[in-house]
Amino acid sequence: MIDLQNLTIKEASNLLSSRKVSAVELTEAYLAKIEKYNPSLNAYLTVNKSGAIEQAEKVDKLFSQKAKLSPLAGIPIAFKDMFSTKGVRTTAASKVLENYIPVYDATVVSKLNGQNVINLGKTNQDAWAHGSSGENSDFGPAKNPYDTNRVPGGSSSGSAVSVSADLALAATGTDTGGSIRLPASFCNLVGLKPTYGRVSRYGIIAMASSLDSVGHFTKTVWDNALILNYSAGFDTNDATTSQSKVENYAEGIEKGIKGLKIGLPKEYLDGLDPETKELVKKAAGFLEKLGAKIIDISLPNTEYGVATYYIIQPSEVSSNLARYDGIRFANPRDKFGAEAKRRIILGTYTLSSGYYDAYYLKAMKVRRLIVKDFTDAFEKVDLILAPTSTGPAFKLGEKVDDPLSMYLADVYTVNINIAGVPSLNIPGGFIDNLPVGIQIIGPNFSEKLIYQTAFAFEQETKFYERTPSI
Amino acid sequence: MSKIKNQKLKIDIDHVARLANLKLTNEEKKTFESQLAEIVGYISQLEKVDTEKVEPIGQITGQENVARKDETRPSLSQEDALANAPKTHNGFFEVDAIFEEQ
Amino acid sequence: MSYEPVIGLEIHIELATKSKMFCSCSADYFNKDPNTHVCPVCLGLPGAMPVANELAIKLTHLIGLALNCSLPLSSKFDRKNYFYPDLAKGFQISQYDLPFTQKGSIEISINGQNKNIGITRAHLEEDTGKLLHSKVNDKNVTLIDFNRSGVPLIEIVSEPDIKSSEEAKAYAQKIQQIVRYIGASDADMEKGSMRIEPNVSLRKVSKGQASSVRELPSYKVELKNINSFKFAAAAIEYEIKRQSELLDKGETPAQETRGWNETKNQTVSQRSKEEAHDYRYFPEPDLPPFVFNQDYLLELKKELPDLPDQKLKSFKDLGLSDYDAEILSRSKDLAVYAMGAIKAGEKAGITAKKIANEIINKKPDINNILPAKLVAKIYQSAQTSDLSDDELTKAVEEVLNENPKAVTDFKGGKENAFMFLTGQVMKKLGKKAESSRVRKILIEKLK
Repeated sequence: MIDLQNLTIKEASNLLSSRKVSAVELTEAYLAKIEKYNPSLNAYLTVNKSGAIEQAEKVDKLFSQKAKLSPLAGIPIAFKDMFSTKGVRTTAASKVLENYIPVYDATVVSKLNGQNVINLGKTNQDAWAHGSSGENSDFGPAKNPYDTNRVPGGSSSGSAVSVSADLALAATGTDTGGSIRLPASFCNLVGLKPTYGRVSRYGIIAMASSLDSVGHFTKTVWDNALILNYSAGFDTNDATTSQSKVENYAEGIEKGIKGLKIGLPKEYLDGLDPETKELVKKAAGFLEKLGAKIIDISLPNTEYGVATYYIIQPSEVSSNLARYDGIRFANPRDKFGAEAKRRIILGTYTLSSGYYDAYYLKAMKVRRLIVKDFTDAFEKVDLILAPTSTGPAFKLGEKVDDPLSMYLADVYTVNINIAGVPSLNIPGGFIDNLPVGIQIIGPNFSEKLIYQTAFAFEQETKFYERTPSI
Repeated sequence: MSKIKNQKLKIDIDHVARLANLKLTNEEKKTFESQLAEIVGYISQLEKVDTEKVEPIGQITGQENVARKDETRPSLSQEDALANAPKTHNGFFEVDAIFEEQ
Repeated sequence: MSYEPVIGLEIHIELATKSKMFCSCSADYFNKDPNTHVCPVCLGLPGAMPVANELAIKLTHLIGLALNCSLPLSSKFDRKNYFYPDLAKGFQISQYDLPFTQKGSIEISINGQNKNIGITRAHLEEDTGKLLHSKVNDKNVTLIDFNRSGVPLIEIVSEPDIKSSEEAKAYAQKIQQIVRYIGASDADMEKGSMRIEPNVSLRKVSKGQASSVRELPSYKVELKNINSFKFAAAAIEYEIKRQSELLDKGETPAQETRGWNETKNQTVSQRSKEEAHDYRYFPEPDLPPFVFNQDYLLELKKELPDLPDQKLKSFKDLGLSDYDAEILSRSKDLAVYAMGAIKAGEKAGITAKKIANEIINKKPDINNILPAKLVAKIYQSAQTSDLSDDELTKAVEEVLNENPKAVTDFKGGKENAFMFLTGQVMKKLGKKAESSRVRKILIEKLK
């Protein structure tokens, strides 16, 4: 029996390439665990059982033929249900797409399939990525494996749960306002929001086009860096992808952070919950111990982030969801859930005649100020350390009746999406025995440096070793 | 631009729902009206940010002039194109009749 | 009360690119099986994203230059949001406040009088799918084909400078001609690669008031469903009449869209597609903006071919009449051919007028007869055209009498003898004869 609980991609890859374990065995182990725990955790909406076995058989054949394979070959992963997977149902966790089966693959799906990963299935989420807790799913929320009375965070809730509960070795996600980093924080995971334009969005159901960023969850930093090697890159199908070179993000990850300047933004600490503040300060202490220099910085327009975000995002959402008219695909628009309807109405309003200037246009101007906050800060420091969430995961049902209060949970994550810069959530410690993550934010295309810093912190603290008991 | 003076602001929800092609129940209208009034009140705080000399930013990548050569690639098969449609007829998508003349 | 028509024309031209505007599907959709030229992008499938066609942008610029427009150095695409079954994404990618070209004009000619018609802008956007009204199982349905969805479309908006249906027709024809000259489109009204939407209103003009008073009327009626120049003129005429009748009664015509009904020969009010015309334009986030520099614009100017007006002028400079010059410059192919023939004719001492006449009256197949060959033909007939049949017959008879042996040889089966006799006739006539005419007479006489 393979011990999935402490398995990482690095270890699994070694087991597979040394043929200590076959791809089929590994895949079956995950499928068995999914069958056992998914009913209670609700991480997966669709399990790709036969497809996964088929892929695993192919990989075993390739291994036996001594084919040259990447470390991702045979690695079972899950895809957030926003990712178009050809022939496999894709719902965005909405009743509108309950029976939708894409006829094409998202670019990232093709790329990872090209590395012979095993597609275990499609994970649960807030419908249309509208949410920070996972409770806006039309198919019931996913549950936090550390405490199933609590939310796993959203919108990439199921992806976080799948990795955290060992129902996958990695899972993809999207981060528009914190939708990877927040669940990563609540579930003790490494969650990447890469630079906007680093990873192709083609084939991924659009939420807010100028904010959506495509990333992934893993247990460890090295695992996370490895996946970016294959998901990143220019795509002729996505006009916003960058032509800048894709580095080997895992190489030299042990470099260390001596002399690195890391900023601590005061606006993120003022008013922060005292326990969380303590955790962040402790994290800063660890980084100092490892040789970094901690510098106080200011991101002056931080307070306007949520308002800016909740104008730009719903506006673009209202336009991106216009294609769901039930003619070429999908169920009719009356199947949209309450949060989707709310955001469509809000976004239609903020774009409408007489209001466009005061809202969308104004938000685009404030956005420039927020971009400048980060550009200015990165002239003084190499990276920024910040909290990801206000604290550990809250209880299911706690915020569902108060949309605005739910939106305010995004306060530490949205400005990063507004600016487009990359940020990695890593396990930062525990409060009341629940995981709390921290963010390492960098300038555009600094993922390699972020991984090096995160790796150093991770190896020093080893918070990832505290896995949930499910 | 002082359509946004008040802290809680009412949206003409009937008009906006029509623009958004959404049919709302009376219940939904009531709930959304009050929730959205609160949210709009919150986002209106941007009014106090001084952006007089600030240009809006749409494309944060800084990229420009992204275009492709005028070349063709194979299209989807008709079968794939229609695969998820609720109603089709002889290769067309089918909807209830739309009248354009009174 | 007299009224002056205030007419603007909105013309849509489908560009003749190989691929669509934002995807690589073939743009050659006419008469193809439904929904066979579509992909996730032009079908508006979840997750699909646009990428702009660079040739379409270049053609837009060239058309703008041909329309004497200015080409702004910054431009972008915007989303125009509205719902309609033929609009796959629920928005059309178009241009709002930074179009590729703007502020131009073209000259039209009506009964020898020239007039400038202003052009507000020419911008680039994508076409929609096509609706077909039908009956399935006794139920009225609408069928949708998205083959046309995403084809590049240029929208050319004129200033409301047009004052009559004749001017409207002349303007539309000029636009069609220019666009064809550039090779940007076949601009065919029947195939739908050119569409006209006039907007018509009437301005009250009191006696003695200068028509330079440019106040626009308070309303404007848009006309749709017009698929020929003839119908465009008819629809405009009908509207002018309908509106003046309303105004005479003291009513203001409603601001609305009306469709041309060709069976009833009238415009009919259409139930508005988009009740509130609030398109909620915002910059297309998936398409980075465009920035051009002077070098690029200079290169474009070089690429612009000679336009109809220039060709017209060069024919007139050669002394041809307005009438002849207009016909020869109607299409680029014909203009290039005619100019080539005239240049070749110069060397052979044949006047431009003669060449023009030959082309205009005889309508030679310009795709298969080289200009030089045409000139040779004209030269030949110029030499022989004054020889009468009698003269030819006389020469033939003389030759036959003078060469009895050749006659006998021919009748004995020697083909060479015929050629010899032909040559003798030509020699006698001094080579001015058309050999075909000579042969015809010879054959008759030799029977």
